[in-house]
Amino acid sequence: MSIFRLLAGLVIAWCIAFGPSLATAQVQDDAAQTLLQRLVEASNAERTAVLKHISESGDERARGWLEAFSAGKLATVKESGATVLVLNNVGRNWNIASALNGEDMGKVSRRDLATVRVNNSLRKEVEGLLAVIDLAAQNPDVRLAAARDLLGEVDGALVAQIEQRAQVEDSTAVRDMLTTALAIHQLEQGDVSAVETLSGSLNANARAALNNASNSDDPVLAAAAVKALESIEQKLKMNRAAETLYFGLSLGSVLVLAAIGLAITFGVMGVINMAHGELIMLGAYTTWGMQQLFPGQPGLALILSIPAGFLVAALAGIAIERSVIQYLKGRPLETLLATFGISLILQQLVRTLVSPLNRSVVTPEWMSGSIMINEALSLTLNRLYVIGFALVVFAGLMLIMRKTRLGLEVRAVTQNRAMARSMGIKATKVDILTFALGSGVAGLAGVALSQITNVGPNLGQNYIIDSFMVVVFGGVGNLWGTLVAGLTLGTINQVLEPWAGAVLAKIMVLVMIILFIQKRPKGLFPQKGRAAEG
Amino acid sequence: MSLKKNVKLGLSALALSVSFHAMAAEDPIKVGVLHSLSGTMAISETALKDTMLMLIEKQNAAGGVLGRKLEPVVVDPASNWPLFAEKARELLEKEEVDVIFGNWTSVSRKSVLPVVEELNGLLFYPVQYEGEESSENVFYTGAAPNQQAIPAVDYLMNDIGVERWVLAGTDYVYPRTTNKVLETYLKDKGVAASDIMINYTPFGHSDWQSIVSDIKKFGSAGKKTAVVSTINGDANVPFYRELGNQGISASDIPVVAFSVGEQELAGIDTGPLVGHLAAWNYFMSVDTDANYDFIDAWVEFKGDEAAVTNDPMEAHYIGFNMYVEAVKKAGTAEVDAVKDAIIGVSVPNLTGGYATMMPNHHITKPVLIGEIQDNGQFSVVWETPSTVAGDAWSDFLPGSKDLISDWRAPLRCGNFNVVTGTCGSSADVASK
Amino acid sequence: MASSQTWLFRPFQERSTQIFLGVLFSALVLVTFLHLFMPQDSALHVSAYTVTLLGKYLCYALLAVAVDLVWGYLGILSLGHGAFFALGGYAMGMYLMRQIGDRGTYGDPLLPDFMVFLNWQELPWYWLGFDMAWFAFIMVLLAPGLLALVFGFLAFRSRVTGVYLSIITQALTFALMLAFFRNEMGFGGNNGLTDFRDILGFNLRSDATRLGLFIATGVALAIGYVICRGIVTSKLGRVSIACRDAEARTRFLGYRVERVQLFVFVVSAMLAGVAGALYVPQVGIINPSEFSPLFSIEIVVWVALGGRATLYGAVIGAILVNYAKTVFTGVMPDAWLFALGALFVLTTVFLPKGIAGLLQKDRKASATDDAPAAQEATA
Repeated sequence: MSIFRLLAGLVIAWCIAFGPSLATAQVQDDAAQTLLQRLVEASNAERTAVLKHISESGDERARGWLEAFSAGKLATVKESGATVLVLNNVGRNWNIASALNGEDMGKVSRRDLATVRVNNSLRKEVEGLLAVIDLAAQNPDVRLAAARDLLGEVDGALVAQIEQRAQVEDSTAVRDMLTTALAIHQLEQGDVSAVETLSGSLNANARAALNNASNSDDPVLAAAAVKALESIEQKLKMNRAAETLYFGLSLGSVLVLAAIGLAITFGVMGVINMAHGELIMLGAYTTWGMQQLFPGQPGLALILSIPAGFLVAALAGIAIERSVIQYLKGRPLETLLATFGISLILQQLVRTLVSPLNRSVVTPEWMSGSIMINEALSLTLNRLYVIGFALVVFAGLMLIMRKTRLGLEVRAVTQNRAMARSMGIKATKVDILTFALGSGVAGLAGVALSQITNVGPNLGQNYIIDSFMVVVFGGVGNLWGTLVAGLTLGTINQVLEPWAGAVLAKIMVLVMIILFIQKRPKGLFPQKGRAAEG
Repeated sequence: MSLKKNVKLGLSALALSVSFHAMAAEDPIKVGVLHSLSGTMAISETALKDTMLMLIEKQNAAGGVLGRKLEPVVVDPASNWPLFAEKARELLEKEEVDVIFGNWTSVSRKSVLPVVEELNGLLFYPVQYEGEESSENVFYTGAAPNQQAIPAVDYLMNDIGVERWVLAGTDYVYPRTTNKVLETYLKDKGVAASDIMINYTPFGHSDWQSIVSDIKKFGSAGKKTAVVSTINGDANVPFYRELGNQGISASDIPVVAFSVGEQELAGIDTGPLVGHLAAWNYFMSVDTDANYDFIDAWVEFKGDEAAVTNDPMEAHYIGFNMYVEAVKKAGTAEVDAVKDAIIGVSVPNLTGGYATMMPNHHITKPVLIGEIQDNGQFSVVWETPSTVAGDAWSDFLPGSKDLISDWRAPLRCGNFNVVTGTCGSSADVASK
Repeated sequence: MASSQTWLFRPFQERSTQIFLGVLFSALVLVTFLHLFMPQDSALHVSAYTVTLLGKYLCYALLAVAVDLVWGYLGILSLGHGAFFALGGYAMGMYLMRQIGDRGTYGDPLLPDFMVFLNWQELPWYWLGFDMAWFAFIMVLLAPGLLALVFGFLAFRSRVTGVYLSIITQALTFALMLAFFRNEMGFGGNNGLTDFRDILGFNLRSDATRLGLFIATGVALAIGYVICRGIVTSKLGRVSIACRDAEARTRFLGYRVERVQLFVFVVSAMLAGVAGALYVPQVGIINPSEFSPLFSIEIVVWVALGGRATLYGAVIGAILVNYAKTVFTGVMPDAWLFALGALFVLTTVFLPKGIAGLLQKDRKASATDDAPAAQEATA
């Protein structure tokens, strides 16, 4: 086998040598080929050294190789032994390109390729190597990220290099990060003075290092570390409280989003729409569909999904209203049964037409990760967007209900249908539009939820009960009630959860709602006036 | 049935020179397929139904078994546990199937078990499960805890150097048992109780914020930490999303999952998950010709270039081939004969080795650890040097460490207590 | 509470009850005969499988009658009746679990398998007494009855009505489902209770026991039906119909509406409990999924399809839908949910009085007070 590989290598070298390349490139390619060959053949233990060689080779392709290696996209062609970069590794045939000159080699069956296996520790190794390269990058954010990657990863060989870098570094944030990285290394070496540097830090790596130090055999070091940890713990408490509040708000805003459409269809129109969850699901599937239409541009697709999701769900809502609900005027409990039937049909429709499997909705770059308030408190971006989105949707709905002609007519029709009609309001049209609005908002919720949870046929079922609870708890027919109820329930749930566990917390919230309804049968904000007498 | 077919069947029966009743050769062997096609479990089980149909089609194209065709009987238990029992009864009593391939969840198996035992049927169960069971009528082709959980923990401990453990699972029997087994195992290995955190969540849990935040806290104590996840199905997507968003990468706190396979990954944006682990006995990315052939056949059968294969599908592949071999060996599809014949049968698996049916009705399997890649596949980073035999009764649970199972002739007992030398309660079943 | 001594006997004078009981008992006798005396290979033979299946339908029918009692005659749309059904089922399941004794996998004489599995050392207090049949059978009535009493007392006292009541009954069953899923609760978590061996000393796996259970269910359905009929034709029943149609007016007339509601609600919950208790030994498993809100909604749909406020309509609806389910999930599994969904929609839109409404039309509308009022008392 190895003789064959050698021959194959020679053949490739020969090809390259007589190709239209410059002499210098040839030399470089030979060296590169040897390096890559070594990487492919080495055992995991030896690979660390080879990776280092590659990163220090000064070859401008080195970065590409390292990245491909850590992404599992470095492979050899079984027959020729040539090292290749895998451009696209989805499906049975993979797109490959030469590792040396980047030449596209077309599609090759997976059978004929052997991927160079990578694992977490090697990937971490590569990360460290890339971080050292990146420390010299132009963009301070890249440098900061690189410095962060080095936390806890500094070893003796790197100290000098990092110290040098820290001296020329002009960004304070990066410099602080590098100092921390160095201090962690010193602490690991048993240096008491490093405790001082780390004592105020909320960074997890720093805390980990201090924790280790507090168990050290050196009593002085241990005592200093314990003290530092105590002061950190104090700071953390505040942050944790803030974090819980944020979790609560974020769960609450999800509940509000899921429920607010229902607050219109159920609360204002009195239709018990059990298919509300499936309208949410349609919104989520629309997002997935848009991402299929715009491959590679998840962000654009997501933004376009907002109007698209609204439209799809609203149209579905109109279809439901026209085909079923209009015949059930004044029989609210029967709308429950009919719409429940519709929800089953919609679920099965998605299962049959799309797939019973969950669909993968990609989170765009600008929505992933988190904003760091400080080292211990970071707000996850997708949830931050959802909170914002929920508030915008709520404000938009309020505007429509309060400031537009439609809103006025809706309120008129709900309060006294006969009177409104005699005033020339087309009640049927208002019904359609109101139901479309409520459904459309459910679609919007689906777009948002696609960024948080599964997009699958069961999506709607998971939210329908919660939605009803929120609307009933807040008081039917009152949008403010829905907002307050959603946020309250979310926060209570999150406050209870660490203490009672996820299941008990949920049960307690439900029991609380049941008891609350006994006390106040019309919810937090009961509807006042004539409409309430119904 | 056309005359031509009849003649052909008769001829092939003759060619096999099987002397027993010509009647039997004409009837097809009925294969019951008991997988949910609607309801919550349809997500996972539909693919298994299709796998069975594909395998049966292939076997029939190759002439069936003993000259008899195989005929699939598909029913839908609709993810409803009592309905599983009812449908199993329908298959055995009304359709009179010779064998059933089916079930996914533990509770559905528990529901079907009394029916299969009562009516003396055969059930091949293809999913990794909690163990603590051995029925004369059930063949467990999925992994027992010692074929998945324990090797995975060994890998994390020895190769990654993990010292602190989060055992997170959905609150049902499989995670409960697996975590119990792991807890005992870890403590035996000298892990302090304070270094183990156990957390249970309900099915379909979607708000992981505070749990992930707890894990993060737990993991910042200075020791290498890993999460052993027995989180089930739908709850995984929000869980992994939250991990990614709270900035926990696989190199900080790796998560090793026992219920996340290729099919689940198809519904997740895998970008942020790269490097997290899963332990199975098969991965779609396994580099063997048998596997590539299987994938080609599957893609062709589904007519979908993006169709994925997974571990329970391989289990059905193995189970089906074992059944076919056993029927050939027994020379009949009669249940008791097949039951005896199948023990010791070896068939190739898809990972380049062989699977053997053990006397305890579990099979031998290699254990593979894979890391998630951005294409929704796993890259194998470690595997057991040889196959591991499934253990029906865990050595790490107080109630079961003295129990063994052996369904061969003299013992014929699913829960033989080696200390007291008696067979547990199933004696009445065994004596049937 | 009943208006006169004869309230329970009055139904026997009604033609509808006579017909119903006649049909039910002939069906029981017929099935028994066909099962016992027809040869195995005869086309007319009813197999044990079918007997059990029919037994299950009858359990559902009893459950539907219970729901119809509160929905049809009291105007309370309960979306949580599955909870009472499941509680009755769990009470029975606990009895059956205790009957296993040391025949479980681990051979523990006291603890059920799943407790040994979870390393429990002793039986939780609420499992005590369930080894005795009489205690368990009382609990079958008491557990759902008590829950209904407490829940109803709170809800009716504060005049929670209409949609609000429906939604909180749904919350109730949802909360119970989550609770029973918890393994710490000591009810077997998701796996529930299963692997039953015998009931009152009879082997559950024998055909004779199956037949016995089927007949018992039929009798229970008959008794349940007569009780419900008795209630709705009594004075109390008339008051409850008045509550349904005009709660406020009834109150103003001096009736203690909440007491009537509470009484009927508790009776209905107990009937549901009995249905659950008979269901469990026949299907062989009880698990928290019976608490799922979807199941409770489905029950309501059986009633709606059969015809609300007729009682026999509920029986027809339950049997019909479940029979369709059995057939469709076998023949065309993918289409089943489409069919069920369409059934819901079509029934509510085109058959507001259900199948019973069709029957009544044929029989020249017997304009009794049974027909639900056109307007419901809702918020």
